[in-house]
Amino acid sequence: MKMHGARKDLLAGAVFVGFGLAFAITASTYEVGSALRMGPGYFPLVLGSLLVLLGIAIAVKAFVAGEGDDLGPVPWKAGALIVAALLFFGYTVRGLGLVPSLLVTVFLTAMAGRNARVIPSAVIAVSLTALSILIFVIALQLRLPYVGPWLEG
Amino acid sequence: MEILQNIGLGFETAFTPINLLFAFIGVALGTAVGVLPGIGPTATIALLLPITFGFDPVTSLIMLAGIYYGAQYGGSTTAILINLPGESSAAVTAIDGHQMARQGRAGPALATAALGSFFAGTVGTLALALFAVPISEAALLFGPAEYFSLVVLGLIASIALASGSVLKALAMIVLGLLLGTVGQDLVSGTPRFTFGLRELYGGLDFVSLAVGLFGVAEILRNLEGNITRSVAVQKVKNLWLTRADFRRIRGPVLRGTGLGTVLGVLPGAGHVLASFVSYSVEKRVSKNSHEFGKGAIEGVAAPESANNAAAQTQFVPLLTLGLPVSPIMALLLGAFIIQGIVPGPNVINEEPELVWGLIASMWIGNFFLVLLNLPLIGLWVKMLTIPYRFLFPAIIAFASIGTYSIGLNAYDIYAIAFFGVLGYVLIKLGNEPAPLLLGFVLGPLLEEYLRRSLIISDGDPSVFVTRPISAVLLLLAFGAFVLAVLPSIRRKRDVVFEEES
Repeated sequence: MKMHGARKDLLAGAVFVGFGLAFAITASTYEVGSALRMGPGYFPLVLGSLLVLLGIAIAVKAFVAGEGDDLGPVPWKAGALIVAALLFFGYTVRGLGLVPSLLVTVFLTAMAGRNARVIPSAVIAVSLTALSILIFVIALQLRLPYVGPWLEG
Repeated sequence: MEILQNIGLGFETAFTPINLLFAFIGVALGTAVGVLPGIGPTATIALLLPITFGFDPVTSLIMLAGIYYGAQYGGSTTAILINLPGESSAAVTAIDGHQMARQGRAGPALATAALGSFFAGTVGTLALALFAVPISEAALLFGPAEYFSLVVLGLIASIALASGSVLKALAMIVLGLLLGTVGQDLVSGTPRFTFGLRELYGGLDFVSLAVGLFGVAEILRNLEGNITRSVAVQKVKNLWLTRADFRRIRGPVLRGTGLGTVLGVLPGAGHVLASFVSYSVEKRVSKNSHEFGKGAIEGVAAPESANNAAAQTQFVPLLTLGLPVSPIMALLLGAFIIQGIVPGPNVINEEPELVWGLIASMWIGNFFLVLLNLPLIGLWVKMLTIPYRFLFPAIIAFASIGTYSIGLNAYDIYAIAFFGVLGYVLIKLGNEPAPLLLGFVLGPLLEEYLRRSLIISDGDPSVFVTRPISAVLLLLAFGAFVLAVLPSIRRKRDVVFEEES
């Protein structure tokens, strides 16, 4: 299974080509200018194109050499939960306030652990929230309201 | 003697109670994260960066730097006791250190690591004090063209000295440079890659990137499989070295310190490289070379001295040129910027208390580390019993609050999630995250210097090769690049990195 092993580098190359293209194409919509008077698009356009070339080179090399390791397991559930937790925090910390927002965030994160169960995760959420308040609000005096306007009705 | 005055000023600053306290907190925290696998100093410094916002600049840097060299220390403790290097630079120490522990000589191994590190840290700090002034004075002559070439050299050299694929490291740097262009263009004010979001006009948040890349991505890596930790540690007794031990470690400590001091200045993972190289050197020159791998005390003394010396001299390019040579230095550069200090050769003149206070604090911190580590060794080992299921929610919680508290900007939190996933994917596909962070930090500088140089030279790109300093720097960069891609040298370099790992 030569192809299977090479997939890692092929994917890496594809990621770089994707980013390179996205940056280069967007950059070309800005004023590019010349080497003398570089516009805002010049530097990213050059780098984006370079990234595309590097991505292609990585993919081609992978294709020719055909070596590399297997991808291994991907923690889909954990990844989804942690991303959800972070997005939730960003979206609600102002509206709900620090305490409710952090409780849910930590709970979601704790559920990302292997064999995590609801009650232990809830305990982790409560204790970590308390600890965070102690560190950030009480000791470091950050001005983050405990409860936000959404809950004050 | 100007240097004595400077060092005097440094100690005066570092010896204030508040700075002593934070140097202590820094090295203690650093030891903790060095001991704990799954969280490293890079993520920790990124997490704590926001908290230090309200601190005095000196205090903040003293603590953050303490985390860094404290972690070098903690990493070697676990390397010796349970064959689990908490830090990449301690990987070599594990080879002979753990063998010593299995033979019941954990005490002498730990003492060797501590004494070697302390000696090396002292020499490294002195070297930093000696070279800081001349280098920053030379750097004052630099124009934008020289700075452009210097940044290029830094970026290229960081690839040449890292392990792994050169192409991938280059691609990561370029991706980092591109991510650095997000936000308003400095010259024209045009918003770039902002998707029309005002929140992104100031650019992607550096703390979010670091926390995502080194914190969240690492958590995802750890959640892939079971983290099993064997904490079956023998009791550590008899920390003292025999006279014979002393005789055996003297040479390795001196050579390791020398190598580390020099290699630490180099971009990339200078301290990791230093520990590997010094181990190989000792293996070759030692008359006990047959014992290497089976518990040779030289195999602990040399790499531990080397990585600690290097950890100190890594600060030279940062403090004198404003050029970070590793992701951690990049984070400290970020700390300067957060504090409103423009890093560069002027810092040492404009903020002498900051620079010399930081340097002096490192010596004090190294002293704390000896105190913290030898008598309290049991405490650190106990920390290993903290289950990971408590640790990673804490990292996410602290990351969220800390990052949010800097700018009260929800997009900074979204950016953590984005960079966490991106970092995980890239690492999973075999890319090291460090070059991306370096590229991200240096990108805006690179673009600014490039554009300024070309405006001064009327668009003539030959300015980079006709100005002598710039030409030499570019030549060095080219040389580093050739070294990195030449197959015969690549093989040797990989041997250095893989032989003992």
